[in-house]
Amino acid sequence: MPSLPPILPRDVARAERMTHAGEHGFDAPVVDPHGAALFEYALRLGDDALILGQRLSGWTGRCPTVEVDLSLANFALDLVGQATHFLGYAGKVERRGRDADRLAYHRDVLDYRNCLLVEQPNGDFARTMARQLLFSTYQKMLFDRLLVSADDFIASVSAKAVKEVAYHEELAAEWVIRLGDGTEESRQRMADGLAWNWRFIPELFDRDDVDEAMAGAGTGTDPTAFRDAYDARIGAVLTEATLARPADQRPILGGRRGHHSEHLGHILSEMQFLPRAYPDAKW
Amino acid sequence: MVAASAVSDEQARLWAVLADVPDPEIPAVSLVDLGIVREADAAGRRVVLTPTYTGCPATFAIESDVRRALDAAGFGDVRIDTTLSPAWTTEWITPAGRDKLRAYGIAPPRVAGTSAVACPQCGSTDTVEISRFGSTPCKAQWRCEACLEPFDLFKCH
Repeated sequence: MPSLPPILPRDVARAERMTHAGEHGFDAPVVDPHGAALFEYALRLGDDALILGQRLSGWTGRCPTVEVDLSLANFALDLVGQATHFLGYAGKVERRGRDADRLAYHRDVLDYRNCLLVEQPNGDFARTMARQLLFSTYQKMLFDRLLVSADDFIASVSAKAVKEVAYHEELAAEWVIRLGDGTEESRQRMADGLAWNWRFIPELFDRDDVDEAMAGAGTGTDPTAFRDAYDARIGAVLTEATLARPADQRPILGGRRGHHSEHLGHILSEMQFLPRAYPDAKW
Repeated sequence: MVAASAVSDEQARLWAVLADVPDPEIPAVSLVDLGIVREADAAGRRVVLTPTYTGCPATFAIESDVRRALDAAGFGDVRIDTTLSPAWTTEWITPAGRDKLRAYGIAPPRVAGTSAVACPQCGSTDTVEISRFGSTPCKAQWRCEACLEPFDLFKCH
């Protein structure tokens, strides 16, 4: 007959440590001096990373070459890692007992705060790399500024993530240049990929009350402040890729307030399948 | 006098235990070689670790390995804290760690200000990048043009 293992003194010590850990350092509850704004801000940072990470993981095993396969799988890993930090932080700020998994797996479309760009379908490889360039360039510039955030946690995650994102941006730029300045076919595909994603750029720089509160507190940063630098950087890549800047279209906004395209629901139905079907599953 | 040396013995023993915990992905180097162990305080019963990469899948494995090693060595009541700040950098890899990486066949991260990557097999700097990413997030794939062997480069981070 199977029996339960005996409780040893070190198990008791471990249990005490776990209780203790809640009061110190990494696991300490966070007081939110800015009401819901910090929660919203952390959700935005986390959801952008999570949804793009999920999108990119869809390429695993399907990339044109094994090197690219490794690259995109690693991008996804970096992004899901960032999401774990930011969503875990959002949960602590909120103080309703939700951890990163709870926020990732038990929220529906309306509660997601990612920008619309990251939820766009992968399309072909060119469209994926166009989306990557547009997002990673933005994310790099954002983290560069959040390095000096008055919020220690956001500053330290940004310090780590900015080095990873620099790689993402560099590789995406290389591919945009290689495909743009490539064959007739690759050039057309890259032009199409950029044109598809172009209308989602303005949302990245759309400043609302959350951005203002966070920038005012020194926690966040005003996105409009680096729009010119962003345009210049994207422009330089396009020039090297011998591609014309796509025509500006009517911007589409709403992701930051939970108004998403139909694509996000499909992403969540796949990503959240297991916790939805087996809510008490543990692994 | 006796008490003071007992304290420092305990402190040295704690570091020795940690220096014996291998990195789960690159077992040739220890967590101390990699600079992942930021603090070890026998008197304060506390060890501080810092993760290498935000998405590093080994982060949890590392903490479990440290826990196991501490428990086995009688340090069951030592607490493990994780800190993100300051962010880990490849500059924290010790000179001994760099030598161990090289001996294992992984080119250590480039030192700031130098661009040449030396082949860990033959030492030639006639090397090229094959892929920006390798078997783990922290490595890139390179090839030596002199001995033609492919090798991993620990990326500067």
